[in-house]
Amino acid sequence: MTAELVRGQNHPLPEVRLEVRVSAGKPIVAGATLSDEHGKVHGADWVAHPGAPTLPGLKVSRQAAADHRLAVDLDAIPQAVHRVSVLLALPSGVGGPVRFGTVAAPFLAVTGLDGTEVASYTITGLDSESAVVALELYRRQDAWKVRAVGQGYAGGLAELLTDQGLPEARQLAGSINEAVAQGLARSVAAPPPRTPDADRHRHAAAPAQGPDQTHGGTAPQGAPGNASPQQSPYGNSDPQGATSPYSAAAAQDPSSPYAAGPQGTRSDHGAGAQQGPAPTDPPAAATAGGGPINYTHPGRRTAAPPPTAPVAQPGQSAQPVAGDATGWSMEERLYNQVWGMFEDLARTTAAYRSAVDFADSRMEQELDTVLSDPRSRIGGQGDAARETARAKHTQLVDRAREAFDRDLTQLRAEADVVEPALPPAYARWDNPAWHAYRVPMEIPMALRLGDLHLPESENVRIPMLVRLPLERGLWIDSGYSESGHASLVDSGELRALALETAAALAARILAVHPPGEFSVHVIDPAGTGASALAPLVQTGVLAAPPAAGAAGVADVLARLTQRVDLVQMAVRGGAPDALPPGIDVSEQLLIVNDFPHGFDDRAVTQLRYLADEGPAVGVHLMMVADRQDAAAYGPLLDPLWRSLLRLTPVPDDHLADPWVGHAWTYEPALVPPGSQVLQHVLTQVATARRSWNR
Amino acid sequence: MLDNRGLRGNRGKFERGQRVTVNMTKGQAISLQKNDGGTLTAVRMGLGWQAAPRRGLFGSRTREIDLDASAVLFADKQPVDVVFFRHLVSDDGSVRHTGDNLVGGVGQGGDDEAILVDLARVPVHIDQIVFTVNSFTGQTFQEVQNAFCRLVDETNGQELARYTLDGGGNYTAQIMAKVHRVGQGWNMTALGSAANGRTFQDLMPAILPVL
Repeated sequence: MTAELVRGQNHPLPEVRLEVRVSAGKPIVAGATLSDEHGKVHGADWVAHPGAPTLPGLKVSRQAAADHRLAVDLDAIPQAVHRVSVLLALPSGVGGPVRFGTVAAPFLAVTGLDGTEVASYTITGLDSESAVVALELYRRQDAWKVRAVGQGYAGGLAELLTDQGLPEARQLAGSINEAVAQGLARSVAAPPPRTPDADRHRHAAAPAQGPDQTHGGTAPQGAPGNASPQQSPYGNSDPQGATSPYSAAAAQDPSSPYAAGPQGTRSDHGAGAQQGPAPTDPPAAATAGGGPINYTHPGRRTAAPPPTAPVAQPGQSAQPVAGDATGWSMEERLYNQVWGMFEDLARTTAAYRSAVDFADSRMEQELDTVLSDPRSRIGGQGDAARETARAKHTQLVDRAREAFDRDLTQLRAEADVVEPALPPAYARWDNPAWHAYRVPMEIPMALRLGDLHLPESENVRIPMLVRLPLERGLWIDSGYSESGHASLVDSGELRALALETAAALAARILAVHPPGEFSVHVIDPAGTGASALAPLVQTGVLAAPPAAGAAGVADVLARLTQRVDLVQMAVRGGAPDALPPGIDVSEQLLIVNDFPHGFDDRAVTQLRYLADEGPAVGVHLMMVADRQDAAAYGPLLDPLWRSLLRLTPVPDDHLADPWVGHAWTYEPALVPPGSQVLQHVLTQVATARRSWNR
Repeated sequence: MLDNRGLRGNRGKFERGQRVTVNMTKGQAISLQKNDGGTLTAVRMGLGWQAAPRRGLFGSRTREIDLDASAVLFADKQPVDVVFFRHLVSDDGSVRHTGDNLVGGVGQGGDDEAILVDLARVPVHIDQIVFTVNSFTGQTFQEVQNAFCRLVDETNGQELARYTLDGGGNYTAQIMAKVHRVGQGWNMTALGSAANGRTFQDLMPAILPVL
């Protein structure tokens, strides 16, 4: 049976003839001291060391080595000796390591003569020490035991021996070191240590060069923005349409975050931007007939995701880097990073709130105790106790705030580098990414619906990203809300804001989809949304003009319901190709304004059907409604409202995070006042749609 | 003269955790602050046990053994948060459970459940974290094979304390250890006191005296 000792633990020794094996990875000195029942070493002849390796019952190595065997015969040890301390030391003055903190943790095992282990001990936690008492074998009621000691000395052997009461400690330490140095001079140099770290760096560096080689090595691929329209494999008349919007931004705008990382060096953003155009490059190269054909799969990454944030210097937090998360593309990494920031903010706020709550309740309790204690009425005792309770409260809250502020600063810094690096689908409308907008070729993985923040952290805004395709419909609540700022605006204004929010969101959804992948229908029975929806209507990005009146409502709902039915049947029947030619299989968004105005019972039933069955087959709802308007339907519509993701046109704290359940304040992603970015973007979308439909 | 292979070989065996059977005295308290004045920054409680032998023709009548590791966060002797199989991450994110294992492992020394504590991220008012082990399916530790519980310094993988649970006694729970604030840092004290209970809730009366 082997006992793996921890510091301070002891273990009985069943045998008297033992070996102590030492293993340290680097040459070290092993020795032993004998001491009496008071722990005192009586003289230099009570110390076994390389210069005097043999004592009665004890033998140590003659020289420093990475591995030692100390032979012990406890029966042969003089009666006056009550303790044998096994000590280890780093050789001094030979150019080796000077502190145990830089060598592997020394390992010791006490074994019988046949090699069976009795006890073992690994000395951890050593740092600046250069000598250590590793183990001690000691008498306890006529039997011997071993104890794990691990007591280190920064002053080396001299300090160790002094501590054991040896009068001439310093001289002895000097002579031991001399003997060791002579021994080392005779011995063969140890083989150079293997450096696993260096190996790892080499491995990491090699694949990281992959993108450079593919893009830089073959000339035609090196210029992502220069693919001429004729050579574009997609035959798109829009010269920029063929390239990924991200790479276009990078190629044209040197200040774009994709072109250079925050440190000004070639970082992952650069890598991300270079990989963006990969899908279009190989065919372009082939048609140009110039460079060699690249047989690598265009979608396959030649490298593992590039190394992310630099390792933090001890004592300070790492420099934040955009895309510092796992993922196979920059888009996915940014998505994961945003969600990571969301979770971090939720949790650090939970820690802060919990600490403050605790401080409050403790102070209350202490004040109550003071109040109920009759002694506190005499003199100033009560006041002093109250003062103490308040001081304790302040102190704890201050410390919690300090930790919280530190985290907030870090998150804020991260947000500052992440926000400019976001692609349009994740970016706010005021982000330059939208000004450099190009109609995309691929559906993004997620969409930003707005910003989230907590009352304690007004200045850290988390992008609210939801996955595409949408799993739930959206409900822009134009109704009066108890909480938040909604009470500050009158109901007419709120309705206008809700419509503006809906238009901005619909425009965003349209813009991030490739042409032909997404259509938007509008039901506006009374035409009240005309001005807010004007950008969508005038640029011609809608599938059809907004449907008005009861007849329009019925018509749109009937067509969408039919589409849901047919696609569902085709999918369930395993024949998705067998759809009739007139069916539009792209994703659909239905914006319903002024519900339930213009809806009869049949239309309401159809709407509920679309809400339930639509998302699975690509038909999504966006209701712009005040729930009170539909109060006449009673609980009939409750499942409809519940199935939708409620968003508000003004900041409102109604969204809960999935980890702690804080109430987060949502702010919609609105176009800045006076900005023409929406028109700019929608005009491009409309152009692309027209050329796609042709 | 020196056997270069022997010690390394043994050491490798240790790190895989085979056949290590230190029985610390129950209730023994060991201060585990590092002797260089540094303190622990991350600790892990690992729990491992051997799955029950298959019984019945199809193994469907096996009496599965489910041991659960939990950690309770205290502020001034008041429980503030608990990390266990139904709440795997403390709200503040500093304590994380790697997930519930319902049946145990091969019993070869690997952790079947683990709880990680990032001490630097523990909220300022939390001053003690107590680790417990419960037998959710009700077997006493006498009936469980190759069960152990260990505390590891996560920064260097060093095992700080290890308890062998099987054959230990006629009880179903153990209060393993606590980490507690000392000055600016943390200390760990191994407790190893026996108790009975199905989940950590049942242990609360037994935990309070050791705070």
